[in-house]
Amino acid sequence: MISLENVTKRYGQFTAVDDVSFVAQTGKVTGFLGPNGAGKSTSMRIMVGLTPQNGGQALIGGHRFADIPNPSRHVGVLLDASAQHAGRTGREVLRLSAETMGVRRERVEEMLELVGLSGTEAKRRVRNYSLGMRQRLGIANALLGEPSVLILDEPVNGLDPAGIHWMRGLLRNFAGRGGTVLLSSHLLHEVEMIADEMVLIGRGKIVAQGTKDELLHTAGTYVKPEDPAALQQALQTANITATPSGDGGFRSESEPIDVGRAAAVAGVVLTELKRAEGAGLEEMFLQLTSDDARDSSITTEGVNA
Amino acid sequence: MNIVAPHGSVAPGKLDISSTSKVPSTRLVTVEMRKMLDTRAGLWLIIAIVAITALITVIFFFAAPDDERTFLNYIGIMATPQGFLLPVMGILLITQEWTQRTGMVTFTLEPHRGKVIGAKVAAALVFGLIAVALACAIAALATAVSGAPGAWENIGIDDFAKFTLLQVTGVLQGLAFGLIFLNSAAAIVTYFVLPIAFSIVASLWGALEDIAPWVDLGTSQTPLFEGRNLTGEEWWQIVTGTVIWVVLPFLAGLVRVLRAEVK
Repeated sequence: MISLENVTKRYGQFTAVDDVSFVAQTGKVTGFLGPNGAGKSTSMRIMVGLTPQNGGQALIGGHRFADIPNPSRHVGVLLDASAQHAGRTGREVLRLSAETMGVRRERVEEMLELVGLSGTEAKRRVRNYSLGMRQRLGIANALLGEPSVLILDEPVNGLDPAGIHWMRGLLRNFAGRGGTVLLSSHLLHEVEMIADEMVLIGRGKIVAQGTKDELLHTAGTYVKPEDPAALQQALQTANITATPSGDGGFRSESEPIDVGRAAAVAGVVLTELKRAEGAGLEEMFLQLTSDDARDSSITTEGVNA
Repeated sequence: MNIVAPHGSVAPGKLDISSTSKVPSTRLVTVEMRKMLDTRAGLWLIIAIVAITALITVIFFFAAPDDERTFLNYIGIMATPQGFLLPVMGILLITQEWTQRTGMVTFTLEPHRGKVIGAKVAAALVFGLIAVALACAIAALATAVSGAPGAWENIGIDDFAKFTLLQVTGVLQGLAFGLIFLNSAAAIVTYFVLPIAFSIVASLWGALEDIAPWVDLGTSQTPLFEGRNLTGEEWWQIVTGTVIWVVLPFLAGLVRVLRAEVK
């Protein structure tokens, strides 16, 4: 279990992490979601003591990270897959870690196999690795000490769809055996695929948290009829407010069953009728992202133009 | 394959750390020594130290007059190239963690940064002492081959001690500069440029030249090469020079590393 209580980190006037509190439960994969620069990486560095916080505390399994003896035997950490010596081979990176932790040599080979780095790949220098390979190496490094807690910063970044699928299986399995996983991402759909619980952060503040179901299930219905005009008429008659979604369908605050009944009464043929999923979270996330993206898009457009 | 450790739980969500022991310092030292040898840059630096030590011996063997091919002279000529390269090794051992950003892994594996720095100091000193031993061995071999009359005379323990002191100080100064700059290029350039800049300024400004033995480590260490007994004042000059150029930068750098954010 990872718990943060009122963690705050300031850089001069700028508050990178603002009174952040949340818990990543044992046996669950918790997604730490937010746009770039929202404070995810800073929070994670605070958890493992690489960045000193200005206030609050971060505990892992009830301990400060620095108080855990040989911490890699309990907490696997991947903060930046690119933060490896470009001149070392993949295998050597793992051997150095294994030697520090005091785990058996064979464990290195097992982990290379687990993350799918072949013998020839392990012999290559990290300089020649793709981002996806660095991520795999980083995961291997995090798992080396047989930890029960994983802290992974953007682990899916740079992985191809098959890699994301593999990561999902790996982390689910890890959590299923009673492990705790906290992984960050700036992509909602990545986290949606992997995590059970979600913590949404924007501009250093937690803006939402809960199980995926809680956050994704907003009340509402998406309906698409054969004849939009007829359905609009039918919904009006039934006193159901609905707004066109632009693709010939409608979104409504009402339950699917009510919308379906109204259509049935009027004899309107429906081609789709479903619960509108994730609209709330997606909207919230887009808003967070666009607020931050606006300033940067001006500069990038300015440069490109 | 088991990827989760079967840790017995104390309470739900609590990590049982009672059966885990700390990372022993000896292990950290071995790891740091390994880090110096497992990259091309590090390996070639070590090879360069060995090769240049050997090369300069050969050059001296052919260039020097017969009666000057003494053991102490061989040691003396080796001191300079080793004195240039050993500090670079000290610098790289520290700065690779920042320049290559491996510090994020290193200081997560062992969050007590002081322990890691201590291991780096120990590892660098081991390499320094190996270099000293190697120099003595090559010098002995060269002296035996030379067969100059009186080549083995006047060798005392203090000669070895002075040579070791020189090289060890160089290694420590490299570590200190590495800690201050946390950047290979900046640390190496400053390490080589500062003494030159100092002598240029000193040559223009006489007052500085007068105090140079007290404040310039290169000047205060000069008597160590001269194969004679040092006066009390000269020893004190070595102490002040070492404090200014090694101890203070090391402490300042250490404080910086202990407090800094590792990114």
